[in-house]
Amino acid sequence: MRAVEDALGITIPDNARIIRNLISGIQYVQDHVIHFYHLHALDWVDIISALKADPAKTSALAQSISDWHNSSTSYFKGVQDKLKAFVEGGQLGLFANGYWGHAAYKLPAEANLMAVAHYLEALDWQREVIKMQALLGAKNPHAQTYLAGGMSIPIDPNSQNALNAGSIAFMKKVAGEAHAFVEKVYIPDLLAVASFYKDWAGHGSGVGNYLSYGQFPNDNESNTANTWLPRGIILNRDLSRVHPVDHSKVTEYVTHSWYEYSDGDEKARHPWEGETKYKYTGPKPPYEYLNTDEKYSWLKAPRYDDKAMEVGPLSRMLVAYASGHKRVQEVVNHVLKTLGVGPAALFSTLGRVGARGIETLVTAEMLPVWIDQLAENMKKGDLKIHNGEKWDPSTWPKEAQGYGFYEAPRGSLGHWVKIKDGKIENYQCVVPGTWNGSPRDAKNQRGPYEEALIGTPVANAEQPVEILRTVHSFDPCMACAVHVLDPEGNEVTRIRVK
Amino acid sequence: MKFLSDDSLDEGPESMVAIGDKKVSRRDFMKFCTAMAAVLALPETFAGTIAEAIEKKQRPYVVWLEFQDCAGDSESMLRASKPTISQIVLDVISLDYHETIMAPSGKQAEKSLMDVVKNQKGKYIAIVEGAIPLKDGGVYCCIGGRTALDIAKEVCGNAAFTINVGSCSCWGGIASANPNPTGAVGVGEAVPGITYVNLPGCPMNVENVTATIVHYLTFGNLPVLDSRHRPYFAHGKTVHENCERRAHYDAGQFVRQWGDEGHRQGWCLYEMGCKGPVAHFNCPSVRWNGATSWPVQGGHGCIACASDHNWDVAYPFYGRLPKVPGFGIESTADKIGAGLAAATAAGLLVHGIGRAISPKKDKEEGGE
Repeated sequence: MRAVEDALGITIPDNARIIRNLISGIQYVQDHVIHFYHLHALDWVDIISALKADPAKTSALAQSISDWHNSSTSYFKGVQDKLKAFVEGGQLGLFANGYWGHAAYKLPAEANLMAVAHYLEALDWQREVIKMQALLGAKNPHAQTYLAGGMSIPIDPNSQNALNAGSIAFMKKVAGEAHAFVEKVYIPDLLAVASFYKDWAGHGSGVGNYLSYGQFPNDNESNTANTWLPRGIILNRDLSRVHPVDHSKVTEYVTHSWYEYSDGDEKARHPWEGETKYKYTGPKPPYEYLNTDEKYSWLKAPRYDDKAMEVGPLSRMLVAYASGHKRVQEVVNHVLKTLGVGPAALFSTLGRVGARGIETLVTAEMLPVWIDQLAENMKKGDLKIHNGEKWDPSTWPKEAQGYGFYEAPRGSLGHWVKIKDGKIENYQCVVPGTWNGSPRDAKNQRGPYEEALIGTPVANAEQPVEILRTVHSFDPCMACAVHVLDPEGNEVTRIRVK
Repeated sequence: MKFLSDDSLDEGPESMVAIGDKKVSRRDFMKFCTAMAAVLALPETFAGTIAEAIEKKQRPYVVWLEFQDCAGDSESMLRASKPTISQIVLDVISLDYHETIMAPSGKQAEKSLMDVVKNQKGKYIAIVEGAIPLKDGGVYCCIGGRTALDIAKEVCGNAAFTINVGSCSCWGGIASANPNPTGAVGVGEAVPGITYVNLPGCPMNVENVTATIVHYLTFGNLPVLDSRHRPYFAHGKTVHENCERRAHYDAGQFVRQWGDEGHRQGWCLYEMGCKGPVAHFNCPSVRWNGATSWPVQGGHGCIACASDHNWDVAYPFYGRLPKVPGFGIESTADKIGAGLAAATAAGLLVHGIGRAISPKKDKEEGGE
């Protein structure tokens, strides 16, 4: 969308910018909470241990860290009874064959029970708060109101078929519920869990370069650098300097990817000149191993100025922190102080988990601000949602090219488009999963996942929960395979991570 | 005085009902069964039959496979409201394998899958999200070194039946859009001979998944399917038939530009390219996210996401459909349109009354 708007020189109306910010904002909040509780927590929380917890002590623990209303002894007893009936029923479903009882689980039984209760609460909460996106985007997932040039959701305070004062009230209510859960449940849980796993501030560091395209525009310029979360790059973990971002320095290698380039696979290409021509050279399935000296991945290897970059909440928070973003600095400093660690702890698996929580809180705080902006425009009579000047392809130049920067919850997303004779000639997406999950490039530089796993301690190679902690901390978008080899190179085990 | 209210269903905090080995409140349980009767388009009195059927049975084992997908259908599953996702996975089914949300990974995850495939052979339900690529020996989607096809043959081949969720597992979806570089197809085509239900959509609507499972538990068979294996209860009517803006279509009131007066007043999106007249889906009645909205309510036309190969046949999104057959008031509208067609070139893209009362721009918006 932004790439096409950039190519055609379309400036979107202010309301479209605000609605897009709200759709993206509530998605950050909801998606990060789902990631923490439903995709990542079980790497840190031993569900079965929760059966041994004392509900009264759990209640005391919960009340000591938050004034969230669901915190009575009987509440936790109810959750424990439900869990007990479930386990004794013998149909463990999603929780069957977990690594329960593994030595790497450090939480006391009471903290585990508290986390199980919040796992269930978060399942209900996420369904409700995403209704803000359903209102603005018509449905979730896969919102359907985006148009090149604006949005399709109409605004009119005097219509029952458009966003009106009732919609403002509904969004305010949802934003309040979103913020309350993050402030009173997610953040306290995050800090409580992290305090038992501080050693994970020393693992999973990765490539040490962090990229953010910037997110939540404050004005309507195409690819504006005036974004609420700033654009920038941190190199070599040096927070004293934020480097600018220039889209022309983004390139992709296919040296170790199952594609071929017309002028050879050793040279990287900018996405406008990007090619996507499959060339599978791997083993014939079924297979056990992939040879990483050859091509071994369907992901291309994106590089910025020839360097591997980590993308995601940690990158955005580091860039914001180093750029002097006041609210981010306050929350980051508060979290570091509470855990008794320094800024160096951010460059780690734990830092990634923490940064996601910090970003959730500061984003939840912004939702009412954007809702007010929309209400203010409505009040002024500004009902414009779409710029239709370039809607008809006959108004387009014969040839055009553009790019669009966006920060998805899991990281930097760039689209590059070339348009010719009213049709797309080339379209390339460089997505967060390829930045973080990148295979090696022509110089044999590793991507963030590969680099972060080096040196990870694994207590029991048959149950490598430690590997999951680091890979899941990136919020991977796909299943990937990790093979654990002993020092002689023999495979000990193989795990799939999703 | 005691008013009849929602709470009158409640027989007090102690009124619990056992489902398998679990207990849930009678009130929540009956609400769920009533909602299911509604989704299945059954009289409300069937709620009792549904309740009885669920209470009797062990939760059915379910495994969820992902192939060429974006996890959009998994996300949709998490948005379930009737019942909620925690009720589904704790009370209604035993979801033993789902790569994204299950606790174990690797060997332990494989064990969960194989335990069900071997121990519950012929009794479990397989749910598949994502397309299966057949080209070049299936190398375009391998999991743990096995092709999607190989896995689907074993898992779907040994299931009681398979539910394909989302358009990708139904007929290849976006992965199979022209020129279909990986040879992506749906599960029904990839694994011939299996019993399956298609629940297309991008993503599928989770209320239809639950209703299909409850239908099976209640009546002991699968719902009646159309020629594309879609249940009639979800895909038996067009979006147009149940659309809340139908009256505006019949009255010839059409949106002309995004944000114009008609758009703000909820007029018909037909001229903005809506594919509702040719799309079969219960989107307008079930809606999304606890009935919060649906595309037409959001001011955007239907893109026929639940129609076979919509990316190839329902495109361009913003191009107006050719002549839509009508009835009742529209037959009049159509005649007016037909009369005008004679005077216009090639007779394409004609509807009628909207054109008759409000001259259209020369060019089709959205460009063709």
